[in-house]
Amino acid sequence: MYDRKKLAGIAAHRKKWQDEALSPGLRRSPERIKRFSTVSDEEIGTLYTPDPLSNFDYGEDLGFPGQYPYTRGVQPSMYRGRLWTMRQFAGFGSAEDTNARFKFLLSQGQTGLSTAFHFPTLMGYDSDSLRAKGEVGMCGVAVDSLKDMEILFDGIPLDKVTTSMTINGPAAMVFAMYLAVAEKQGVPFHKVGGTIQNDILKEYIAQHSWIFPPEPSMRIITDILGYCADNVPKWNTISISGYHIREAGSTAVQELAFTIGDGIAYVQAGIDAGIPVDKFAPRLSYFFNAHMDFFEEIAKYRAARRMWARIMRERFHAKDENSWKLRFHTQTAGCTLTAQQPMNNVVRVALQALSGVLGGTQSLHTNSMDETLALPTEQAVTVALRTQQIIAEESGVANTIDPLGGSFFLEQLTNEMEEKAMEYIRKIDEMGGMVAAIKRGYPQREVADAAFHFQRLVDAGEKRIVGLNVYRSPDEAPIPLLKVDERVEKQQVARTKEVRRKRNAKKAQACLSALKEGSLDPKVNLMPLLVDAARAYVTLGEMCDTLRETMGVYTDPAMF
Amino acid sequence: MATAKGKGAAASTPKKAARKIRILVGKPGLDGHDRGAKIIARALRDAGVEVIYTGLHQTPEMIVSAAAQEDVDGIGLSILSGAHNYLFPRVIELLRENKMGDVVLFGGGIIPDADIPKLVKKGVDRVFTPGTTIQEIVDYVNRRIQPRK
Repeated sequence: MYDRKKLAGIAAHRKKWQDEALSPGLRRSPERIKRFSTVSDEEIGTLYTPDPLSNFDYGEDLGFPGQYPYTRGVQPSMYRGRLWTMRQFAGFGSAEDTNARFKFLLSQGQTGLSTAFHFPTLMGYDSDSLRAKGEVGMCGVAVDSLKDMEILFDGIPLDKVTTSMTINGPAAMVFAMYLAVAEKQGVPFHKVGGTIQNDILKEYIAQHSWIFPPEPSMRIITDILGYCADNVPKWNTISISGYHIREAGSTAVQELAFTIGDGIAYVQAGIDAGIPVDKFAPRLSYFFNAHMDFFEEIAKYRAARRMWARIMRERFHAKDENSWKLRFHTQTAGCTLTAQQPMNNVVRVALQALSGVLGGTQSLHTNSMDETLALPTEQAVTVALRTQQIIAEESGVANTIDPLGGSFFLEQLTNEMEEKAMEYIRKIDEMGGMVAAIKRGYPQREVADAAFHFQRLVDAGEKRIVGLNVYRSPDEAPIPLLKVDERVEKQQVARTKEVRRKRNAKKAQACLSALKEGSLDPKVNLMPLLVDAARAYVTLGEMCDTLRETMGVYTDPAMF
Repeated sequence: MATAKGKGAAASTPKKAARKIRILVGKPGLDGHDRGAKIIARALRDAGVEVIYTGLHQTPEMIVSAAAQEDVDGIGLSILSGAHNYLFPRVIELLRENKMGDVVLFGGGIIPDADIPKLVKKGVDRVFTPGTTIQEIVDYVNRRIQPRK
């Protein structure tokens, strides 16, 4: 893209500048710190010039928006056509509480829903299970049966609003309940749009809401891929997530590498299950973190798009352009927020959200300032949503596509990010793929090492965090916090017991027997059986317990 | 469950005891956020403490039974799920039932300031909040917890 002779001239000029201008200046007043590095501790240079980009090819490395390799964006018009979807992750207390929060968010201009389930649901237990004690409705909404789902989406038309659901171990069961609600609303399955996270591999690596061991979990996932390709074509079947890997303490490169590595494993599993790649790959989407280091993050998103496009076309020989496109959701980094001086978190979130937008995200969640302390209050979540709206409507960054494309710094960072992530992917391939790597504890250990390293840098003051290890304030006024009513547990337990009492017991039992039988035969797709069970008000815990019997359970290897 | 013996002697241990301090780091409840627990486990190990890490998704019963089996001097719990008002008191109850009232219980996580005095009153020795350095926790353990003879 650049004239080589001219680049050589620039390199020579740069050398001269260093010797004659920079170095004497530095002798007079040295740089303020010894080593400049990103939040992932990657070293950053003094100045970026075009000369290291001698192999850079505009067409091959950047291309045009909506065209291979999509470095500049997956849609031809990007935000000039339609803004990203503003999608705040929400859920607490009972289905009624969360339904009210959903309606509030939609009334404030939010354009999609995102559901946070409480831990018992995430782990496949009903609210009346002994394992659920103390946790009901605390960290998300309690959903045990179709009854709860009906209340959760009451008055929300599922053919108009798309819903994302953060659910992994029991993704198939919760998805079955969602489809049953759509059916009750009179919405045919082929019109239902939305997302289940359904990314079990990153659960083993980072988020840890698992139920079954890797192999049966992968079978359930390929069942979902096949079922949706035939019945729910607008559904995003897996949201391949780096978010939680990053929150667990990984670097940006690790987030990128392990997430794409997980994506490779899912595509391979789908192909191995006999589904043609172009039948399911277009419905895979991604979910990344927006961490604190502005340029590193933008480079990460751009590198991710280019890597996925190349992997899908060259490694998996996908022919449909939609299989090559990496569409992604972004959430600002919860782990960067401080409990100290929580109002400062509004600023952190704004910068992180801006990186997501400059990186070309398709949807965005902005964290609320109070989330290191509790689930967000209505006021805090409104400020978070307004932050996105200000970026969209006032800042001007959505006026043109990939405005930072061509920056010497950003392009070099994007290249380095891709190279380093591909090194990890080669290593994982050598181990026999991601499932094998996870069984060896490889990504888990890499993430734990990075988390420990970062904590040491913060404790030593080498990484400075405002309000935490610099610019501390001794007296801070407390901010208002959301408190989940502890009575929710009692009410929820009563409701679930009533559901079990009122349903057709014979029918429920027959559904569970069919599910058990189906799980023993790998040729059977479990999705239709789960949808039948959901319709019959079989609870989540009952479905999961039945499969625990035949598929086994996964336990934490407890490495540290 | 993973056990690791401390590397080298703890420089800041006041008296050279025959036995090292033994700490159980536990993750009660269903939340999967183990970044903090793992960092603390590793830091205590590096400081010469014998650390037993339970892994995730433990019930209070599992934690107390592991603590008894491993004969620990202290238990550190990490809770980020909001269930701290149930889980801490339940562990204390079980420790008392098992005549292990002398085991020091401390913890941390996402715990609102308003809940801390209530937890301390019920018998939690110390609750660490976000922003605590590794060294503060290591110092606390060395100062507060004595290895049993």
